[in-house]
Amino acid sequence: MTRAPSRGTLAVVVVGAAAIAAPLVLRALGLDFYLSLASRIVVYAIAATSLNLVLGYAGLVSFGHAAFFGVGAYVTAILITEGVQSGPVHLAATVAVAALAALVIGAISLRTRGVYFIMITLAFAQMLFYLANSVKGYGGDEGLNIRARSLFALGDGVLDLKNPLALYYVALAVLAVALVALARFAPSPFGRAVLALRDDDVRAEALGFPTYRYKLLVFVVAGALGGVAGALSVNLQGYVSPNALHWTQSGTLMVMVILGGVATVSGGLAGAAVLLLLQEVLATTTEHHEFWTGWVLLAVVLFARQGIVGLWTRRRAPSLS
Amino acid sequence: MPTLLVVEQVLNGLQFGLMLFLLAAGLTLVFGVMDMINLAHGSLYMVGAFLAAWLVGLTGSFVLGVVGAVALTFAFGMALEAGVLRTLYARDHLSQVLATFALILILNDGTRMVFGNDLPLAAPAALAGPVELLPGLQYPAYRLLILVVGLALAVLLWLLVQKTRLGALVRAGASNRTMAAAMGTDIARLFTVVFGIGAALCAVAGALLGPLLAVQVGMGENILILAFVVIVIGGIGSIRGALVGAILVGAVDTLGRTLLQHVLREFLPPQWASAAGPAFASIAVYVFMAVVLAVRPQGLFPARG
Repeated sequence: MTRAPSRGTLAVVVVGAAAIAAPLVLRALGLDFYLSLASRIVVYAIAATSLNLVLGYAGLVSFGHAAFFGVGAYVTAILITEGVQSGPVHLAATVAVAALAALVIGAISLRTRGVYFIMITLAFAQMLFYLANSVKGYGGDEGLNIRARSLFALGDGVLDLKNPLALYYVALAVLAVALVALARFAPSPFGRAVLALRDDDVRAEALGFPTYRYKLLVFVVAGALGGVAGALSVNLQGYVSPNALHWTQSGTLMVMVILGGVATVSGGLAGAAVLLLLQEVLATTTEHHEFWTGWVLLAVVLFARQGIVGLWTRRRAPSLS
Repeated sequence: MPTLLVVEQVLNGLQFGLMLFLLAAGLTLVFGVMDMINLAHGSLYMVGAFLAAWLVGLTGSFVLGVVGAVALTFAFGMALEAGVLRTLYARDHLSQVLATFALILILNDGTRMVFGNDLPLAAPAALAGPVELLPGLQYPAYRLLILVVGLALAVLLWLLVQKTRLGALVRAGASNRTMAAAMGTDIARLFTVVFGIGAALCAVAGALLGPLLAVQVGMGENILILAFVVIVIGGIGSIRGALVGAILVGAVDTLGRTLLQHVLREFLPPQWASAAGPAFASIAVYVFMAVVLAVRPQGLFPARG
């Protein structure tokens, strides 16, 4: 993980170039429609990458990550509904509220371990799901439509996320920053400490690492990033509903991470891209795309144990206990 | 608050709790003994309900339909265990989550292919009316039937687990699987049967709750999470814990939904009270679980010895 193999460098260059060129290519081919799919992949890649930080690198199987995604989406949607259009304000509020939610949920959940941690993070996400359902002032169970989008000042002009191209590139920039940060995190002293406590937290604690605080920090950072993904998602869809917080959404994010590759830098991106593309392709060919998606996922569990990134690098991903 | 309303709601809570127990019983054994997270357990509840609705329509008899659905779901559960789930026991929790999440997608859409998005299922006409339980207390006969069936199955299951050889083997497995296997128990074969029984209990719950809720695709997803809450509260792997947990969760959920609303109406505007009541009730179950875990991290009745 410290030295990127040349094949990996090549992959980064190719994927990066493809991601930057994608909107132009789609436009040239007259496939503008697919730009929103590309944006969706990028937004979900951010969310899945943030979950991979918790789940893969820190070894904390959080089954409630949709909570932060949903909180971010709701914070931005509510601010826009209340007439606040400033993108920086949306971003700051999203990060603050999502991080605070992660701080509270993490501080309590991290006192448990194993399956109990899985269940308690799930329980907190469900609480927020029902809370969103009951807030009638902001759509209740029907969800909340927003008429405007986040605005960012850019020189003399204004960057409006209503513009699909602007949204795509902003999301792509966020993803790029997240991936670079994740790649630098693993070999850093803090990253190594987190990997050490994932593999054996009693030993890490005995070595003097404040394991609880490290886990909490990772959990909060991941929650904030998940919130940003949610804020981008509501800008993309123009809509948020309690389903953004439902446990099946947490499940979908987990599926992306496991599908892509647990504890790999590009696992979240690979998983989001493959799952969403698979659904899109199947949806155009069959009415029952969920059915076939399920079979593909099942085959991945049974036959490709290290996820897609594992197939590419042919290297054993670090095992999870 | 009228006493009769409280009695009625307590009965409703008990009835819902018993149905949750039927779901949680199989789930807690699979979780406790095989250390397996089975998200697709709620799908068995859905499959059972659809089979019941289909067979009741076909035969015209509620009893025949339900019995047939239970038998078919029992067979289906064993086939699912032997075909797919068995290979997952030795894998980590993440693989189990991914695989059983995939099964949810397959079973949801598969059910939709075969039966459509929903099926009508009505309570038998003979039980459509109310019964007078106490002077002035009218209680729907069908809900009473659910209560009786749920209690009977709980007793039956308790006898099965506590008094039979099969039950002793299951308890041994829950307490220490490796030791049980070393003593000559064929855990794999035992578990195919246990899983089938768990599936059959899901079908009973699905078929009986079908006329009250709705037989539709995705019906298993919310109740599955409640079943998980039940087994975490009760202690993973413990049937007794599942029963106590289920009745507690059923009571908190049902009483919260109705009685809390009455209490809130005392000091909140009515439209706020009717909005906040269900939300508080839904959240109360999870708060309850968080409190139990904080006080007793292994649940109320830990099974592992």
